[in-house]
Amino acid sequence: MTGLLRRTVLTVGAPLLAAVFALGLASIVLLISGSNPIEGFGDMLRNGRELETIIDTVNRATPFYISAVAAAIGFRMNLFNIGVEGQYLLAAFFAAAAGGAVDLPPVLHVGLIFVVATSVGAFWSGLAGVLKVTRGVNEVISTIMLNFIALGGLIAWLSRVWVDDVQATNSGTKIIPESGRMPSLNSIVEIFTREIGKGRRLTGVFVVALVIGLLYHVIVNRTRFGFDLRASGSNPFAARAGGVPPRRMIVMAMLLSGATAGMVGMVQVVSDRFKYDQSFIQGLGFAGIAVALLGRNHPGGMMVGALLFGFLDASSGILQLSGSAPREIVVIIQGVILLAAVVAYEVVSRIRDREEARLAAEALAKKQIEVSA
Amino acid sequence: MRFDTGRRRVTNAIELTGITKRFPGVVANDNVNLTVEAGEIHAICGENGAGKSTLMKILYGMQEADEGTMKVNGEVVKLSSPSDAIELGIGMVHQHFMLADNLTVLENVILGSEPTKAGGRIDFAAAREHFEEVAGAYGLTIDPDEPVEHLEVGERQRVEIIKVLYRGASILILDEPTAVLVPQEVEALFRNMRELKAGGATILFIDHKLEEVLEIADSITVLRHGRTVATVKPGDVTTGDLAELMVGSELPKPDTSDSTVTDVTALAVKDLVVLDDERPVVKDVTFAVHEGEIVGIAGVEGNGQNELVDAIIGTAEISSGSITLVDEVITKWSVRDRRDAGIGYVPQDRHREGLLLRAPLWENTILGHQTKRPFSSGPWIDRAGSRARTEEIRTDFDVRSPNVEVAALALSGGNQQKLIIGREMSADPKVLVASHPTRGIDVGAQAAVWADIREARANGLATILISADLDELIGLSDTILVMFSGEIVAVLDPATITPRDLGAYMTGAGSHT
Repeated sequence: MTGLLRRTVLTVGAPLLAAVFALGLASIVLLISGSNPIEGFGDMLRNGRELETIIDTVNRATPFYISAVAAAIGFRMNLFNIGVEGQYLLAAFFAAAAGGAVDLPPVLHVGLIFVVATSVGAFWSGLAGVLKVTRGVNEVISTIMLNFIALGGLIAWLSRVWVDDVQATNSGTKIIPESGRMPSLNSIVEIFTREIGKGRRLTGVFVVALVIGLLYHVIVNRTRFGFDLRASGSNPFAARAGGVPPRRMIVMAMLLSGATAGMVGMVQVVSDRFKYDQSFIQGLGFAGIAVALLGRNHPGGMMVGALLFGFLDASSGILQLSGSAPREIVVIIQGVILLAAVVAYEVVSRIRDREEARLAAEALAKKQIEVSA
Repeated sequence: MRFDTGRRRVTNAIELTGITKRFPGVVANDNVNLTVEAGEIHAICGENGAGKSTLMKILYGMQEADEGTMKVNGEVVKLSSPSDAIELGIGMVHQHFMLADNLTVLENVILGSEPTKAGGRIDFAAAREHFEEVAGAYGLTIDPDEPVEHLEVGERQRVEIIKVLYRGASILILDEPTAVLVPQEVEALFRNMRELKAGGATILFIDHKLEEVLEIADSITVLRHGRTVATVKPGDVTTGDLAELMVGSELPKPDTSDSTVTDVTALAVKDLVVLDDERPVVKDVTFAVHEGEIVGIAGVEGNGQNELVDAIIGTAEISSGSITLVDEVITKWSVRDRRDAGIGYVPQDRHREGLLLRAPLWENTILGHQTKRPFSSGPWIDRAGSRARTEEIRTDFDVRSPNVEVAALALSGGNQQKLIIGREMSADPKVLVASHPTRGIDVGAQAAVWADIREARANGLATILISADLDELIGLSDTILVMFSGEIVAVLDPATITPRDLGAYMTGAGSHT
């Protein structure tokens, strides 16, 4: 029982310690730049308690989380899918274009948008998978290349072809009609709390993110496919000798990762902007990698990481308004937390290995005493 | 005993006292004492896992001892990295060579300590001069301009030795130098070692081929279970004495008594050819294994045994020929289909092919049997079933661990191996491919593994046993096949063959008998 307690303390302690370290370092940076860290962090905390900030945090955390799961599917197999970025942008572009082009009954319309998004994401990521198993191209290289092709090539070209209004300064795909939009969760939240103000709308995609997290957990930890995936990731040679087809697993993992990546942009497409335009949010794919690292590919851990990053993002606006600290401090905190967490995890995993070895050695010694007695 | 004769001061190149080194789960070195005189060839003998390699790593500064003192040339030293060792004149030749194939011999030798001219350019003239000096002084002949990729194994080893000497080493550590060599090369190596000794070098080498040790060494230190058992002179002992020192008073014998061989063919390999880059590594191999039979495959490492195993398991591409399991041709089947059809596999390197080191034991027992009960039902992993089965294996096969939740890496080598054997055996295979099943595990675990294989044989299991331990092969097998450069060159009856004769066949020399 004490062993279990120790383990829990170690597991939770590492990221907590990393966060404290990051706050400390950020405080120093704030002091050097002439701001008062207590004032700055105080503003963040005070605002963080507001319902509107919480809504904002969840809205921002949702794509972080989906993106983190997409990256984590690859990580569990030692595949480094750097291409979540390109996959979600391309998927969002096609999904928004498709959603704006058709007129369907409400549920079907949203469904179509998601199907297009996951298919495009899976296809784009699958390309890297096929290249790897047929031509031996490293997926890091190919997904980075595919990112450029997606953003600088396909989207840049097609958005000129499919554009809604060429004259507009911020031209984009045709606006998705009401039937293709996902309802907000405001009414559900308002049952428990007060009315949500400032025009904030809690994205319905948050529910999708929760389902993705649950599916990720079940598939990876409870199914044969998940076992094969993890086995391939932790020892590809043993997995192969154990009957896991390595090529098929690579392609499958890339397809799944890409399909998930395809949904990263959905918050924007079906519940915020309802189109893909030039100011569509970029960088969520890379943020997802960070969140996956922070959450150790664990469905719960990544949720905590996504909410933390979401909160920090939401706070940057507040800092700018109050002027108590430069908003860039948020990015510094995110970066330092990530670095510190990675270091802390390594330390903890070493402690744990030693612990287990000691237990095994004790069991061995006990047995030998029994035998000799 | 040396000191009471006239109190003459003898310079010892190396003196270790009370060296202890612990690893998770094992004490690799337990109060080891070792004295190596300057200018002698000193052999370290011991079974796999006796702690020889750890001791060498401590001497070379790759690992630090937890306890004990170390003296080099009479001075107490503390090594924290190989560069400390090199500075003291200690050099190590690893079992696995560390050479850049596309560089020449000279380039490899100077790699990392290149003499430079003005402007940072490599001074090849000076390098060559020093190279010739070193090679000449110790009678090591090799062309410095030959690319390493064209060299034979024995020559590569010579390059490694020159590399060490080039850096000024006078104490050489050779880690199992003969393991990779054919007999003629061993002779050449021994000639080189004698030259080195004549040139004033001290050599410490690891070996467990006892005849070789008696032939070349001036002193022999035997390790057992991490402890120094004795230091002896080759004139005073026989190979039998040494073997006894290595394994303790009673030598376990892997004898299988009554024949249980049936005439039901479990696995038939016919005209099998496996290519590695167009070069055949398995050539027209044909044999059959019957239910209740153990077919041993003997051969010097690298003569096609591994590729044969891979072809049977399904991880190597078969160029031509066929493999039949009972009555189905499985030549084109996937690894999974073969495993499901009843081929069990004990890989030679359990860390590489056998285990998920960071995963708990119960997940490790699933590996290779994902599709079967009690490990899964339909697409779902049966966690409770897997745990229960692992718990059974833990008891039945005496896997010593606190529970089934610990990571596989926490177990000692012998217990990891017992887990793998248990996993394969409890799946009730028709054919078991066991590649070096007792490599690197202690005597107790070895006896347990032998007992398990024997019991399964009595129950009708067909086993293909690949081993470098000739006593194990002769003791367990019903038939012995000898592989030499990819071909089966002899089919022998273990009842009438001696390890010595078998050794002759393995080097391709004994086919005339």
